[in-house]
Amino acid sequence: MPVADFQVVLGLEVHAQLLTKTKIFCGCSTAFGAEPNTHVCPVCLGLPGVLPALNRQVVEAAVRTGLALGCAIRPKSVFARKNYFYPDLPKGYQISQYELPICEGGGLDVEVDGATKRVRLTRIHMEEDAGKNLHDVAADGSSGVDLNRAGVPLLEIVSEPDLRSADEAVEYLKALRAVLITLGVNDGNLEEGSFRCDANVSVMRREATAYGTRAEIKNMNSFRFLRQAIDYEVRRQVELIESGGQVVQETRLFDPSRGETRSMRSKEDAHDYRYFPEPDLPPVLVDEATVARLRQTLPELPRARAARYAAELALPASDAAILVADKAVADFFDATVALAGQGPEAAKKAANWMNGEVARLVNETGLAPAAWKLTPAHLAAVLGMLDRGAINGAAAKAVVEEVFRTGADPAEVVQAKGLAQVSDEGAIEAIVDAVLAGAPAEVERHRSGKKNLTGFFVGQVMKQLKGKGNPAVVNALLEKKLGG
Amino acid sequence: MTAALTDLSLQEASARLAARQVSSAELTEACLARIAATDARVGAFLAVSAEVARAQAAEADARIAAGARRGPLDGVPVALKDLFLTKGIATTAASRILEGYVPPYDGTVTARLRAAGAVLLGKLNLDEFAMGSSNENSAFKPCRNPWDLSRTPGGSSGGSAAALAARQCYGTMGTDTGGSIRLPASFCGVVGLRPTYGRVSRYGVVAFASSLDQPGPLGRTVWDAAAMLQAVAGRDEKDLTSATRPVDDYLGGLEGGARGLRVGVPREWFQGGVDAGVEQAVRAALATYEKLGATLVEISLPHTKYGIGAYYLVATAEASSNLARYDGVRFGLRAEEARGLKEMYSETRERGFGAEPKRRIMLGTYALSAGYYDAYYLRAQKVRTLIRRDFDAAFERCDVVAGPVAPSPAFKLGEKVDDPLQMYLADIFTITCNLAALPGLSVPCGQAGGLPVGLQLVGRPFDEAGMLRAARALERELGPAPLPALEA
Amino acid sequence: MALSLEEVRRIAQLARLRLSPEEERTFAGQLSAILDHVRQLEELDVSGVEPMTHALAAGEAGALRDDALVPGLAPDEALAAAPAREGTCFKVPRIIE
Ligand SMILES: [Mg+2]
Ligand SMILES: [Zn+2]
Repeated sequence: MPVADFQVVLGLEVHAQLLTKTKIFCGCSTAFGAEPNTHVCPVCLGLPGVLPALNRQVVEAAVRTGLALGCAIRPKSVFARKNYFYPDLPKGYQISQYELPICEGGGLDVEVDGATKRVRLTRIHMEEDAGKNLHDVAADGSSGVDLNRAGVPLLEIVSEPDLRSADEAVEYLKALRAVLITLGVNDGNLEEGSFRCDANVSVMRREATAYGTRAEIKNMNSFRFLRQAIDYEVRRQVELIESGGQVVQETRLFDPSRGETRSMRSKEDAHDYRYFPEPDLPPVLVDEATVARLRQTLPELPRARAARYAAELALPASDAAILVADKAVADFFDATVALAGQGPEAAKKAANWMNGEVARLVNETGLAPAAWKLTPAHLAAVLGMLDRGAINGAAAKAVVEEVFRTGADPAEVVQAKGLAQVSDEGAIEAIVDAVLAGAPAEVERHRSGKKNLTGFFVGQVMKQLKGKGNPAVVNALLEKKLGG
Repeated sequence: MTAALTDLSLQEASARLAARQVSSAELTEACLARIAATDARVGAFLAVSAEVARAQAAEADARIAAGARRGPLDGVPVALKDLFLTKGIATTAASRILEGYVPPYDGTVTARLRAAGAVLLGKLNLDEFAMGSSNENSAFKPCRNPWDLSRTPGGSSGGSAAALAARQCYGTMGTDTGGSIRLPASFCGVVGLRPTYGRVSRYGVVAFASSLDQPGPLGRTVWDAAAMLQAVAGRDEKDLTSATRPVDDYLGGLEGGARGLRVGVPREWFQGGVDAGVEQAVRAALATYEKLGATLVEISLPHTKYGIGAYYLVATAEASSNLARYDGVRFGLRAEEARGLKEMYSETRERGFGAEPKRRIMLGTYALSAGYYDAYYLRAQKVRTLIRRDFDAAFERCDVVAGPVAPSPAFKLGEKVDDPLQMYLADIFTITCNLAALPGLSVPCGQAGGLPVGLQLVGRPFDEAGMLRAARALERELGPAPLPALEA
Repeated sequence: MALSLEEVRRIAQLARLRLSPEEERTFAGQLSAILDHVRQLEELDVSGVEPMTHALAAGEAGALRDDALVPGLAPDEALAAAPAREGTCFKVPRIIE
């Protein structure tokens, strides 16, 4: 298997749309999905005479992201023009950053099968998004250009070629996505393309010391496609080399329908972008006071949160990992624990329910936390009823599902559905006696040693109690009557 | 009222409007008539917006009648270089690629002039995309010098200077990237001011070279130019390269004179190639300053000769990028028959751009292309710093730098068209001011062979007020600059 | 410093200009002459000199834009000058990626 003789070397370039109200250089809306060319103005249309007016929020989002990822913030960064012709690029150049990006260095720790790996960042810079080319808009096969997206602010986050497998790439991308969502700078939507990823893929023989020539792969709008694209590209490059060929540095497009990558003709003269400092924008100054102020606005980041759960709540890493992946879910968890009496015990129970029954309902309904009818107060109440023995586990599941769907008050659900647990010894004893009386043969076999028949009796009693019997009481009584 | 209305300066016309001795409608009709009578010969206007002008004049007259005149420009007919975007009025940059293009928005200068109540007579001729020193690069028609119709008015704001000399309007706006306001002002015998980079907003002005372009006023007198500048100067949120510092009062101190002024005279501006008549007129002006109580200080601007080289790398590099948006997709010319996308681009641009823009796009693309950036563009930007340092050192010893605007008076049409480099060299004295981002002006100081000669003043950053005061002192001493006959 | 015809063609293609053969020749000559003049910049020692890439003096720059919506253009205004349109899109020849 030749692939095994090669080391895969990957670096990711992520383009994340910032959640600002307006575009990076004009006051047009960044809203997604509007009719073509309804969110445009002279500036983002690139009409003659226009100039870019930089959005302060974009700079602040870039700095906060840089701080969260341990980057050095450049006190004086410079925008540059990247020159190339394409219909979705109105000015014939993209305003980006080149030699002097706003953030440099930093990195992100990711978990790959148990081990922690540090992925270094090269840089983070600000730039404008391009518009959208729409294919076959007319019968004659012409294309259309929609500039609603032109000028939407992007952060380009470039990693070092530190990734060594598709798994690492996917984990890195997931971790980065969680950080950006937690910061509130990006919505992490790969499908709509507000969180995009290009992969620089190269392979080198195990014994080799220099990296191979890399290909840049575009258009992978899901974690699955990222994995597919990398696997395909690695195979392609290895086979090319094995058959005596050479990898050429180029941009390749991933085709999800085929699961293949192919060379992009539109990037013919991509090698000569003629970058130069953007004369229409003064250097971007970020002083220490601003950095300090923005540092104060940083929320607790996923890894820190998971660490806190381990330290303060003794929560297993596996549970914590699931909770912190989505800030809203983790916030829900924190609120529930606070109401359910804090401490590792409450935490473990809350985690079990959130990663268990609640997660199941979320998968089933596809509802985002914001849309849940279930509140932390609801879940805490259910946990409380369990502790008090007011309901048993089976009933609790039923209550959570009902509340999740209707938002009804758990206590009322218990009432309405008569799910309250029966712990009254007298009532249960009567049923126990009846069950034993009704099954003399089984009682005999139990006496003569068939102890595993206990389960049968428990089942019978519970059946009579419609599943609401207090298991502890039922077991105790059976024990007594059957005489150990 | 003996003299024709069109012979009045902006200041005089404005005063008569204020005194209600004349209406904006009368001034407007007088200008429109003068344009009709003379512009077939001069070619200053690419488009006359008579309807807009008449409507604006009526509104101004209504304000004046109501005692609500907005200021010195309210009701005064002016015209704009056809590089200024005007909502609803075609803006072409004198290029085929923008022929008939009607912008959906007003540039900031346009908007501020409208707000001041100025009446827009039309759009003025220029070299295509402001690339030229003779106005011969206009894709539509050449502009001629009212002093001698066989000569150029200078460029690139040729129409802006010629229209004033031809008395077709009272004030104009031009742009100055390498001397494009000062050179035509000098050739046509009017006043032209290129402000400090950042003093006037570039928003809504078709870009040529972003780090060098600066819009500025032209007028028949110093007061006229100052009044125009007052109306348009100042911070614009739409142009982040516009300066935040408050705008000075340019009219208030205008009569302050030149006593005690230290006038720096750069050795390098008189060396080699300066026409004898030009040098004579300039020296005479310098002597006049001494007579007015100023002192002359000999200074040196050692990097002057590197200006042209640095300029043609920086300006063309920026232009090659600024002109990329003319691609036939969203506005302007498109080569319809072109099959593929790439063919559409290349065919549209080949057909839409004239020789000079193509030449500069080629040079600029080359200067930025892989492997040449450091040797050309970056080095040129460093030379700019050296040129700026020359001026900073000079301003330790003087308040204003003075010398010729150009080595010669207006040259003949066609004289330099076949030799781009010779044409470029006409800017040798004006270009360093742009590279150093400083303010410069041209004020009439005499004649050479019957043609106007301008004195160039370059000032400290944002010292437009000081330069205008100095220019006014000379103007007062020499008397009103003569105007060409140009019979109707 | 002579600019070869090949070089002129490479630059023209980067700049999306379909030059005629005689334009190529003219430009090769004229650009070479200009580049020769420009060579004189090489006489200067610019080591340690900051490039003046931004013409506005540092202290003169103002605040950045607030993140506030500003009404833009209606599609018909945006497309008014378009050489070709399809619905509210700018229409261009088929794009092949
Ligand atoms: Mg990018
Ligand atoms: Zn916009």
